[in-house]
Amino acid sequence: MAKRIDVSDLDIFYGNFKAVEGVSMTVEPRAVTAFIGPSGCGKSTVLRTLNRMHEVIPGGRVEGKVLLDGQDLYASDVDPVGVRRTVGMVFQRPNPFPTMTIRDNVAAGLKLNGVKNKKRLDEIVEKSLKGANLWNEVKDRLDKPGAGLSGGQQQRLCIARAIAVEPQVLLMDEPCSALDPISTLAIEDLVNELKERYTIVIVTHNMQQAARVSDQTAFFNLKATGQPGKLVEIDSTSKIFNNPTEKATEDYISGRFG
Amino acid sequence: MTAIANDLPRDRALPEPRDIDLSGKSGGRAVKNTIATILMWSAFIIAIIPLVWILVTVAVKGGHLILDSTWWTNSQQGITARREGGGAVHAIQGTLIQGLVTALISVPIGVLTAVYLVEYGRGRLARAVSFMVDILTGVPSIVAGLFIYAVFITTFGFTRAGIFVCLALTLLMIPVVVRSTEEMLKLVPNELREASYALGVPKWKTIFSIVLPTAFSGIITGILLGLARVMGETAPLLILGPYTKAIATNLFGGNMATLPTMINQDRDQATTMPAYDRIWAAALTLILLILLLNLLGRLASRFSKV
Repeated sequence: MAKRIDVSDLDIFYGNFKAVEGVSMTVEPRAVTAFIGPSGCGKSTVLRTLNRMHEVIPGGRVEGKVLLDGQDLYASDVDPVGVRRTVGMVFQRPNPFPTMTIRDNVAAGLKLNGVKNKKRLDEIVEKSLKGANLWNEVKDRLDKPGAGLSGGQQQRLCIARAIAVEPQVLLMDEPCSALDPISTLAIEDLVNELKERYTIVIVTHNMQQAARVSDQTAFFNLKATGQPGKLVEIDSTSKIFNNPTEKATEDYISGRFG
Repeated sequence: MTAIANDLPRDRALPEPRDIDLSGKSGGRAVKNTIATILMWSAFIIAIIPLVWILVTVAVKGGHLILDSTWWTNSQQGITARREGGGAVHAIQGTLIQGLVTALISVPIGVLTAVYLVEYGRGRLARAVSFMVDILTGVPSIVAGLFIYAVFITTFGFTRAGIFVCLALTLLMIPVVVRSTEEMLKLVPNELREASYALGVPKWKTIFSIVLPTAFSGIITGILLGLARVMGETAPLLILGPYTKAIATNLFGGNMATLPTMINQDRDQATTMPAYDRIWAAALTLILLILLLNLLGRLASRFSKV
């Protein structure tokens, strides 16, 4: 099910401001790709172009190509809503729907897209919650509000919600930055399990985390504020952390940055 | 410490910490504090005097009538200004019917306008709509009444009826609903919209299934407060909805009593007349009705999810 993403010569704009310039990379299927780099370098922006969430922001547009197993996501006949069903996303802050129960939160993507069969929904809810390592904690209170869970549980609920629509790719935008170390560990374990079935891209500020969970790492940087961010290099995680090709990568990794 | 200090470049030297005497308030500040406290309390009391005065007067002069059960069951049919008795049920139900119909017309228009302004509106059209809502907010109620009169009665030749009152009140209620709904929709965190988009949910469905339910209780509060405001309106009712002493439920023909027009009725009678007490009682009823709506509005806001 997992798919490969090929990005070529991608420029990303907010209105007239070029935020990211000339990104070309390949995201391997059934692997975890980490995006690292200083704040404002465009990691999240690149991530959001992979499921066409970037254009939700007024003025947001891109030039270049993003191919999902050879299909251009930005071709004129491609429906962004369909792209987002294929490429799921988990956000920085856990954002369960406050009006919904735990069960409805997980089923939201299916329900809102017209799946009504209750038995099938229940099966998918259970499967997704088990997939997100949350089932045992919530199975007795599926009808309680999702907002009543702890931060780490909420984030796993959001992951369950994202995998319930059975995407091919899962994008994670700093999924642990609002969580404590124990919840972070739970999410990282989960990412390790999920990569057997999905292509995963994770943005993180935590380099240890990138080193722990990812198979390949992309380092983004920008020359100065106001300049567009760029992809400096992308390689296997061990290469990036042990023997990077670029000096800037080495400086950033070793903390001798700026 | 010294190591760090020595590392600082000379031009970035930090300001010296200040020594502040912590014992006792300075005399000048204590005086200012007292004066400001007195001023604020006086302003509060001055503001509260008319409110209490009105409430007490209305309750004292009209209270005994509304405690009588006939007030809530009988109309004024066949009762002249000189006679005691009768009730206000005709006016109460007129006010409720007109309020309900006004809400039925204004709420969809108002809520959808707010959805447009918050979720879709960009550029010139949105600014124009927003500006129009601002203008509508400032329209005096008598102008709204005369406008409907000029269009429907003078131009199209209809006779005065309850439905035209509702239309005039709709003009007054729409901007209230738009503004309050707009505020509530803006409070819904963008992350929820993005979470929904990221699940492959189309925008319109996100708005109806995620955004509006999240803001639901806030929107209800706004609607109830708006309704409370227009139910006390009088000018359009005087122009478009003549008073009658009988129970009338037909919005499309004939006169229809409402509490404000009932209050206006008989006010030129001598203060010794029984009708005079009924004016106060009708006023008290209207105040209670609007108070109830306000309380319901506050109650709804307790269930807010944002």
